[in-house]
Amino acid sequence: MIEKVTQHLSQNEPLLFERSSPGKKAYQLPELDVPAVDAAEALGAENVRREIEGFPEVSEVEAIRHFTRLSTWNYAIDYGMYPLGSCTMKYNPRINEQVARTEGLAWAHPYQPEALSQGCMEIMWSLEQALAEICGMDAVTLQPAAGAHGELTGILLIRALLEKRGNPRKKILIPDSAHGTNPATAAIAGYAVENIKSSETGGVDLATLEQLVTDDVAALMVTNPNTLGVFENNIARVAEILHRKGAMLYMDGANMNALVGIARPGDFGVDVMHLNLHKTFSTPHGGGGPGAGPVAVKKVLEPFLPTPRLKRSGKKLAFDYKRKHSIGRVKAFYGNFGVLVRALAYALAHGGPGLKNATMDAVLNAIYIRKALEPYFDLPYTSPSMHEVVFSDDRQAKLGVRTGEIAKRLIDYGFHPYTVSFPMIVHGALMIEPTETESKDEIDVFINAMISIAKEIETDPQMVKGAPYNTRTSKVDEVTAARKPVLRWKP
Amino acid sequence: MRYLPKSESERREMLEACGVSTPEELFAHLPDAVRLNRPLDLAPGISEYEIVQYFRERADQNANGYASFLGAGVYNHYRPVLVDTVVSRGEFLTSYTPYQAEIAQGTLTTIFEFQTMICQLTGMDVANASMYDGSTAVPEAAMMAVRATGKGRVLVAKTVHPEYREVLGTYAKHQGMPVEEFGYVRESGALDLEDLERKMDDLTGAVIIQTPNFFGIVEQVKAAAEIAHKRGALLVVIFTEAVSLGLLEPPTDADIVAGELQSFAISPSYGGPYAGIIAVKEKYIRQVPGRLVGQSLDSRGNRAFCLTLSTREQHIRREKATSNICTNQALIALMATVFMTVYGKQGLRELAEQNLAKAHYLAGKLKPRFTGKFFNEFVVRAEGKTPEELNKQLLKKKIIGGLPLGRFYPELADSYLVCATEMTKRADMDALVAAAAAQPTAENVEVTA
Repeated sequence: MIEKVTQHLSQNEPLLFERSSPGKKAYQLPELDVPAVDAAEALGAENVRREIEGFPEVSEVEAIRHFTRLSTWNYAIDYGMYPLGSCTMKYNPRINEQVARTEGLAWAHPYQPEALSQGCMEIMWSLEQALAEICGMDAVTLQPAAGAHGELTGILLIRALLEKRGNPRKKILIPDSAHGTNPATAAIAGYAVENIKSSETGGVDLATLEQLVTDDVAALMVTNPNTLGVFENNIARVAEILHRKGAMLYMDGANMNALVGIARPGDFGVDVMHLNLHKTFSTPHGGGGPGAGPVAVKKVLEPFLPTPRLKRSGKKLAFDYKRKHSIGRVKAFYGNFGVLVRALAYALAHGGPGLKNATMDAVLNAIYIRKALEPYFDLPYTSPSMHEVVFSDDRQAKLGVRTGEIAKRLIDYGFHPYTVSFPMIVHGALMIEPTETESKDEIDVFINAMISIAKEIETDPQMVKGAPYNTRTSKVDEVTAARKPVLRWKP
Repeated sequence: MRYLPKSESERREMLEACGVSTPEELFAHLPDAVRLNRPLDLAPGISEYEIVQYFRERADQNANGYASFLGAGVYNHYRPVLVDTVVSRGEFLTSYTPYQAEIAQGTLTTIFEFQTMICQLTGMDVANASMYDGSTAVPEAAMMAVRATGKGRVLVAKTVHPEYREVLGTYAKHQGMPVEEFGYVRESGALDLEDLERKMDDLTGAVIIQTPNFFGIVEQVKAAAEIAHKRGALLVVIFTEAVSLGLLEPPTDADIVAGELQSFAISPSYGGPYAGIIAVKEKYIRQVPGRLVGQSLDSRGNRAFCLTLSTREQHIRREKATSNICTNQALIALMATVFMTVYGKQGLRELAEQNLAKAHYLAGKLKPRFTGKFFNEFVVRAEGKTPEELNKQLLKKKIIGGLPLGRFYPELADSYLVCATEMTKRADMDALVAAAAAQPTAENVEVTA
């Protein structure tokens, strides 16, 4: 039975350009308090455009209705659970949005004098300190704009250190369960990628690692807990094997929501890691960004961190630009400051003990779902779960229904799908991460939906394969979209 | 805690279902050595009211109530109320990347509109769903040009934003992508076409220029394009002041346009988050980094949008992807989309005209150092004092002066970059002019160590 949703009317809305008609306005500028200037004269007639061809012209009322109508075509956390694995779609506290808009913060110009930016710098300083404590690391840069950007920063740091030691080396090792950004990052940092096959339990296989770690290996990039939601119990050994050969351990912090307050990467041998503030620290995904990807490092990597570095002398904070070993800048200015404000607000709200409670609830929710769904879906890896659980569609595939189709059916039940077909080491993966901000009620409704779909597959697999039925947009033809790309509106 | 929606009895019930009696037992399988056996050294949680207070106090430590003449890549433009109204809707704010097209048409449709408007503004055929910001869009554009031409060398104008060039340098270092700079004409402040021509060779895959450039000067895109194309390189045109495109001829001679949309209703926010763009000519469509939204039909035959051409991207191609980028700036791009909608065809032009008028009013009183045509910012040589001394004086009048250029251009240490937008008041401009003209006195040149 579908508990969570009932169909209701949804407004139609054309594209802005189809709404548009000449002369309509949604703006009014103040009267100029200086003389007008002839553009052709000031800029040169050849530099002045005639018009912005095709640009919209709509009224204010039409503009607000346009975007409001479109907004209702989205699913969102504010509607309910997003069981996406390794994406940590948790509640986005509204206070974070409000404080990020505090006038003295939102309107701070990155080049205003440091003496008049102490508030911004204090926020960054406090966040750096908090993240270093949470990760068990010695120093943090807040400059990277997102997770993959943090990865790139981290790998460049490793490269810089190894270069200084005389040899940057050639390869980065990456488990086959890793997120796609890991190998893409290694390539951009100028490294060859060597994949490591996961062990039978889904972890890093120590014997294989021993073999692969040669003098050519710069680092291993590992996600912990890995993308099966399983903690690498051998992680300290992994670090040891790498360190013995002069290689470094990089940790992708995408799954840090399982560890905050429980275990610290710095304590189990990680040399450098990134965090996704838009995951663990509750900043909104906003339909795909913005994010922020701070990088935390051990002392040995600190000299290489991007310029500028925040530095404190007494009460005063300043940016240090004179750092001769730095990898340089990875982004203009100092980072996605507005996202950093939100993350700090989140950390302040929870506080130390609260952050640990959040982790415990996140893990409890995942294990609760695992227990409830184990009778209905195959669990290829049975190691204890942390914050997420990965099933396979083996049982359902025998009846002709694959994970992607189950996911689409879940939409009819009022939920966003879980992560489909990832990690790749699980055939037909259903990857589920509830996060701590789901209530027992919401989780029970989700579990019931999954069980109901499992039963539907037994009685009417064809019906399930045709889902979703209840959305305003049905299955989209993605093949044609890619074959004959239409990427902009044309009259 | 208010973000944890469970009562104690529910939590107990769930623990019981998991076969444990305390949450700690859920972690019993972790080796002791990896456990943090003490509480995090962070203060206990605080209330919403205290959080508001904390950030208000921080904001009070910053500049408040100052007029500012800073631009240099981050501009002070009015943010229409509709922008925050729209982006505060939970359906946009709290939604995920639109991989599930059936329940993400809101985001997908707005991105499609965004891509369209960026094409209309820049004169390009294809625009992506946004990049982190303008600075990171530059190396992405350079890498793209290098891929498309098979030639590794990059030539970048010194008049491109200095921090953007630094970012390019960081990315380029390890990719066999040597980056060299070419100069500007000392009189006009525009890029030096002769220097570009001299430094061009057949190994160069990308020529990168910015217009209006870092000094505010409108560059000769066509002439630069001819030099680049003659030797088989692509021309990459950068912009940092998107409002200029309301008036300026779009850079249609470019092969790739990369820019920053901060001017489109994105708060300065001490440097981010902003939104970058990459827009290209049709033939480079499969070389574009980042997410793209395309139009298609759903199974009922209705128009529908979806993420497309993802075989370029890291989650499919892994180490062979066009970029490692995953996140785009969807919500920030939405701010820009609402901004472009509110101003529209007429408004963006009028807005640009107001910027032009303000800056030229100021330029009428402060002599620009360079002779090149400029939009809303320009370089001034400080008379009788250093730019730093002038700024110190201005701060006493609650004015943040222009950006002293010495930190980026030692040869311009006597000069500063000033910006005037539609938000700049005539009275403040007059105050700046008066201070700039004032003879140095013992009081106003007092310099602290």
